[in-house]
Amino acid sequence: MSGDILFNAIIFLAGAIICVPIAKKFGLSSVLGYLFAGIIIGPYVLGFVGEEGEDILHFAEFGVVIMLFLIGLEIEPSSFWKMRKSIVVMGGAQVIITLVMADIIFILLGFDWKVSLVISMAVVLSSTAIVLQTLKEKGLMDTSYGAASFSILLFQDIIVIPMLAIIPLLSDPEKVIHASDDHGINILEGLPLAVQGGAIILSVVLVVLMGKYLIVPMLRLVAITKLRELLSASALLIVFLLALSMEIVGLSPALGAFLGGVVLATSEFKHELESNLEPFKGLLLGLFFMAVGASINFIVINENPGMIAGLVTGIIIMKAIVIYAVGHLFKLKQDQKLLLSVGLAQIGEFAFVLLSFAFQLSILDRNQLDMMLVVTALTMTLAPILGVINERVVLPHVGTKEIASRPMDHIAKAQKIILVGFGHFGSTVGRFLRSYGIEATVLDHNSNQVDLLRKMGFEVYYGDATRMDLLESAGIADAELLICAIDDPDTTNTLVTMVQEKYPKLKLMVRAKSRYDAYELLNMGVEHVYRESLETSVKLAGDVLSHLGFRKYGIVRQAQNFIKYDEKSLRRLASQPRNTEEYIFRVKEEIAQSEKLLEEDLKRGLIDTNHHWNSELMRKDSYTGES
Amino acid sequence: MSKILVLFAHPTYEHSRVNQALIESISKKKGVIVHDLYEKYADFNIDVKYEQELLLKHPIVIWHHPLYWYSCPPLMKQWIDMVLEYNWAYGPNGNVLKGKKIMNAITTGGSREVYCTEGSNNYTINTFLKPFEQTATLCGMDYLPPFSVMGTNLITDEELIEATQQYNVAIDLLLQEQLSDNDLEQCEYLNDLPELKDIEL
Repeated sequence: MSGDILFNAIIFLAGAIICVPIAKKFGLSSVLGYLFAGIIIGPYVLGFVGEEGEDILHFAEFGVVIMLFLIGLEIEPSSFWKMRKSIVVMGGAQVIITLVMADIIFILLGFDWKVSLVISMAVVLSSTAIVLQTLKEKGLMDTSYGAASFSILLFQDIIVIPMLAIIPLLSDPEKVIHASDDHGINILEGLPLAVQGGAIILSVVLVVLMGKYLIVPMLRLVAITKLRELLSASALLIVFLLALSMEIVGLSPALGAFLGGVVLATSEFKHELESNLEPFKGLLLGLFFMAVGASINFIVINENPGMIAGLVTGIIIMKAIVIYAVGHLFKLKQDQKLLLSVGLAQIGEFAFVLLSFAFQLSILDRNQLDMMLVVTALTMTLAPILGVINERVVLPHVGTKEIASRPMDHIAKAQKIILVGFGHFGSTVGRFLRSYGIEATVLDHNSNQVDLLRKMGFEVYYGDATRMDLLESAGIADAELLICAIDDPDTTNTLVTMVQEKYPKLKLMVRAKSRYDAYELLNMGVEHVYRESLETSVKLAGDVLSHLGFRKYGIVRQAQNFIKYDEKSLRRLASQPRNTEEYIFRVKEEIAQSEKLLEEDLKRGLIDTNHHWNSELMRKDSYTGES
Repeated sequence: MSKILVLFAHPTYEHSRVNQALIESISKKKGVIVHDLYEKYADFNIDVKYEQELLLKHPIVIWHHPLYWYSCPPLMKQWIDMVLEYNWAYGPNGNVLKGKKIMNAITTGGSREVYCTEGSNNYTINTFLKPFEQTATLCGMDYLPPFSVMGTNLITDEELIEATQQYNVAIDLLLQEQLSDNDLEQCEYLNDLPELKDIEL
């Protein structure tokens, strides 16, 4: 048994590792790499993976669930509200028009109306997994094409709920296969429809309440333990919980996860959850795409190649035309319309769910299910290829490429700033930047503080900033500069080393606790080092001098010179070799340095910079202005 | 309520014997407020609102400063640039300073003799102070002749006491509004007023 699992794991991982880099090498999206890896290791090419492909597909569907949770996390209710029009109108138009057209076509092809309706519902949906993965990889989420794709996909993901609710109504209760394995846990089965509907609404409300009053407090509790793996565990637990609670009432687990994500999008744990789930999502989605590839049943294709080819082509063309028309309605530019229509032309992963569900309810027969599964998998494989053709062959001939049509957005993006550490030091930095309208993306590891500051309107997220994945989800790749205001010097050094290695071009501005921490940072190659003990101490000393009766203007100049001098000596002394290994040596050395500094200050004496109009000198010369 | 606002600008006041004597002699005077700009705005960040309110409260203003390179020290210029705003001090709606009196009180290292067409500085003090005069005119203020202590590099203690007393008398005359337009038109420097000229030790 365990040998089997290990063997399968090796096959899938090796397949991915071989095929995805090849796809990437040719500039294709990783989705295509995974799909082909699936086809190659599947039962009809190399035969490494047999019937268990379907089980893997079920398991890997969890990747889609996690992905929808992550998508939910990225949609804050406010931006969700801003998108409402494009979601409802664009998504609605696409769904209704495609549904009606597909239904007519399938009825004309001679299918029963119920069968046609179910198949059309499946055909309407596009693949959130493929499209969003591709968009993210290519960084196209912020183009109007990306936004439109997202709106349509979101509407489709929502419309799955009523679809799943309607399908049982189409079934003939006599023929339903009871105690089917997959839906054994639906506790609502057999209850009156009104009760089922009520229970479904209740469960959605429950998800929202759970997010607010159970999950967030739980995460805070976990955060206090400061154990990273516990947060990963909680993140997975949350998604499992959401998925299960939805499955119990017969809803799509993906939708539950999406809802949960939206609820948690405004919580301080957003980035932490994102970065914890990202690797799981990536792996499971890869597995999912491979399973789709492996599940393409070439026997079914062989039996009826004409029909399958016709359906695949017909569906892709029909979907593309409808989406193109919708894009036209929304005044998208030519190239954006083309990208959108080709991008969304495939049938999505929800089709697997809908079709299997309809099969269990005996609406579809085995043949129809097999055929549609193959068609779905084929469109999912073909659409990315068409996308490549579209990009490489068609688009270069279309004149209206969208470039920087929203300059303000680009400026805002170009000025992205990450502020790590939002204690007393960092929050002052953040407040001052804010007074210039610069909103930094803030990371802090104190969840109490994060919550408080969020209440004050700051955009602060909870997380351990020495994790590259968290920094990446905070957008370090596009950041102009990173401010490190962390209290603990060791953490600061870890962060600096990590960032310098991965993003050598990123400008770093780093807080140093002491002179000696500053030495270390300077030697690490950080140019902008800010000693927290320098300016404030000089200011205090200056105020003392002012109280003693010295003139403020002289003090201000003297203080500035003192700081300048001290910075210079800091840089000079930093480059001198020091024995930092042994504590006792270090202490000795630090005392020696302090002595040296004091001695130099003494020798330098008061820097009298006010030589201009030195009346004493002029008096001595009896200078009257006569030349 | 004080009547005279002395805007004092000296970057090295601690080294200026003459200005210390002048400022100390008037700073306790009733009706006079000495506003030490270099002490208040050592960082050059002038609080414009505060300065404008001060101006509004005083009918007589004195720009008191040493003459550096034929002009005022930079913070005084900064004060003029920042505080005398468009449509407040000048411009179609800027009339709040109209009718106020303003003058320079200056100290110069060079003697009075070098500040004339024949002297090494080629021009008179009044010529060098034209920008101040025109600033006042544009703001609708009456520009009075300057009070000046000249040749400070050679000034004796006795002469300094004399100058201090002259400054005090000038300020008293301003406070009591005893200066007629005729008197003022007659003199190049405020120091030329008969009441000041009479002061001898």
